[in-house]
Amino acid sequence: MSTATTTPTRRRAPVTSTGIVFIVLALTIVAGAILTAMAGRNFFSPGNISAILTGTSILGFIAIGQTLVILAGSLDLSVPYVTSLTSLVAGVIMAGQTSNIVLGVVVALGVSALIGLANGLVVTLLDVHGFIATLGMGLILAGYLATNYKGSAGSAPRDFRLIGATNIGPVPVSTLIMLGCAVLVILLLRRTRIGHHLYAVGGNREVARMSGLHTTTPVVMAHVLCSVLAGMAGLLLLARLSVGSPTIGAQGGYDLMSIAAVVLGGTVLAGGKGNILGTLGGVAIFAVMDNVMGVMEVNPFLKDVVRGVVIIAAVAVYARRTAGRPPRFGRQSLGDAALQEAR
Amino acid sequence: MSTGTTTVDRAPGLLAERQGSPLQRLARTLGTPGGAVFILCGVLLAAVVAANPNFGEPGSLIRFIGRTAPIAIAAMGQYFVIVSGEFDLSMGSVVTMQVVISGNLIGQDESRILPVMLLMVALGILVGLVNGLATTLLRVPSFIVTLGTMLALSGLVLYLTGGAATGNPVDSFRQIGRGGIRDVPVVDIIPYPAIILVALAVGAVLLMRRPYGRTLIAAGDNPEATHLAGAPVWWVKTRAFILSSLAATVAGIILVGYAGVHPSVGRGYEFTAITAVVLGGVVLGGGRGWVLSAAAGAFALELLFTLLNFLGVASTWRDTVQGVIIILAVAAAGKAWRAGLRPRRRDPATTAQSPGSPAGATTPHTPGSPAGETTGPTPPVQGTTTGEN
Repeated sequence: MSTATTTPTRRRAPVTSTGIVFIVLALTIVAGAILTAMAGRNFFSPGNISAILTGTSILGFIAIGQTLVILAGSLDLSVPYVTSLTSLVAGVIMAGQTSNIVLGVVVALGVSALIGLANGLVVTLLDVHGFIATLGMGLILAGYLATNYKGSAGSAPRDFRLIGATNIGPVPVSTLIMLGCAVLVILLLRRTRIGHHLYAVGGNREVARMSGLHTTTPVVMAHVLCSVLAGMAGLLLLARLSVGSPTIGAQGGYDLMSIAAVVLGGTVLAGGKGNILGTLGGVAIFAVMDNVMGVMEVNPFLKDVVRGVVIIAAVAVYARRTAGRPPRFGRQSLGDAALQEAR
Repeated sequence: MSTGTTTVDRAPGLLAERQGSPLQRLARTLGTPGGAVFILCGVLLAAVVAANPNFGEPGSLIRFIGRTAPIAIAAMGQYFVIVSGEFDLSMGSVVTMQVVISGNLIGQDESRILPVMLLMVALGILVGLVNGLATTLLRVPSFIVTLGTMLALSGLVLYLTGGAATGNPVDSFRQIGRGGIRDVPVVDIIPYPAIILVALAVGAVLLMRRPYGRTLIAAGDNPEATHLAGAPVWWVKTRAFILSSLAATVAGIILVGYAGVHPSVGRGYEFTAITAVVLGGVVLGGGRGWVLSAAAGAFALELLFTLLNFLGVASTWRDTVQGVIIILAVAAAGKAWRAGLRPRRRDPATTAQSPGSPAGATTPHTPGSPAGETTGPTPPVQGTTTGEN
């Protein structure tokens, strides 16, 4: 559905889809600044900028991971439950003791890595579609959480809570960590062999396989990293709330919102095309929208309506644009297309 | 399953589905994922009856069918969308919307039932139309479109109701979901939902045998080929979205009788319906699967829950069991589809003339994502695999 079925006549437009994402982000910021000013506030005050950046961090972690998984041609619907689980595991292990912070973080991230490994192996070895594999994994975790945790549990020591509360200038530390992860993932995608393989496998797994790549490794890696990043989001939530909660992930709707942010960032849902920078733009668009609606005191239910409309409208803008492109695997030889994807 | 578009100049019986006696064909069908779900239903039913013999009585069986009808109807609606290669995540919100509308607009006035139902149908068509047109003409991935309509509709419903239960439709309207034809021999009562389910199932099977159904499967299997063959893919897919929203509307009307009017009715319906469809062996990414298998998948799911209930499993573990089951079922189905496809390609006479060969039976099209990811390792035999679908 994403690839063009109409006649491929128009040449590629000079603006990249990431460029469009940031144009949309700029428009959102301008609109937000005007609306905020009409409400009698200053959009660019340090407090407000800090609030917006704080709003990007959690969805940012998850969306970065989701980008990897979507680039690999899969999906991850289990992220909210991984987030809840890590916040609980780390919270229970830390139990308010500063000395347990490292142990809690390591165990929590280890658990989420194992979940990601299971996702990746089910997707690659059992050949289950990522949608179903991670939907199933999400249900498994949901059952575990509902059975073993009746409510909030554990507590974060003060030193750990500082991660969620400290600012450097107007920039929260949590956002800096998120951006650090983004830089690492960008380097992984652009500078390493496995990153290029990830694009190749996501673009066309069969061509990648015939080109001699191990098609399982990049997909499994993407799932592991996605779960670990979701785990980091869980740790951050623990730092903010100081207790682990079994429902925090599901309440946030992080599975669908992260996918929406990724697609809003110009990544093709079918895989093989897109980048982290666009995803960060998509996350920022959501954060600005939320902030502006918060300032304007929009009814929280109506926020969902606005989000839904904006998602469709924004994606329609560049989905229409890409419609004029030549098909990715059309008349040209398959190998060329694969190389083009892996660039 | 097979689209049955065999050409005249070939030897008769080219399609493996058309070979052998009816019994052999039945056995072979039961071997495919779409057939195996009926066996799964049978096994689960036997297990439930073993756990609780009362369940086997005709009266409670027919009530069970009535209870399962809304989810089975939703699964059939979702089937149309999935077999055309798309997703409909807005289904649950449509159910919620219809439930809330019927609760608030009908009220205690029987004369309003008909106009309000017409309004609900019109709204269902409208939602489907928006989903379909945004997917096909604006080329937004259906996952995103229906996610957007899901957010918008559920937000709107929650905003209008304030998140609390409001309104109570007149009892005669609720009878559609609650009541039935009474004093029937053997089964005592035939619930209206069961009748609606059977009628819709017959209609869906007939529709899938009509040119529309064939085109829909072809559009899911290879939209470009279908487009080149002259079919209006955008309109075919849009109608699938409309059918899905209408199925959600019917499910909503039935659910009013069961569950009453609350904005939480219908929550999670889209994922349950997708699970049921996938359990029925329908391939995500389109082009493969039978509509009744989707309904059977819904029954398998409900039977599973009933079994867990009777076995005294804590309700919190239901999700976990459901998760394990769908992963295993889809893994097994994927293996079965490929195993079923391979032997037929050994015959060199059929493979040599591959382009334009019968669609359902021999195309090496693997289950893929809705937007063209190829999941399974396609045997590189025919060399006609297109990267996109």
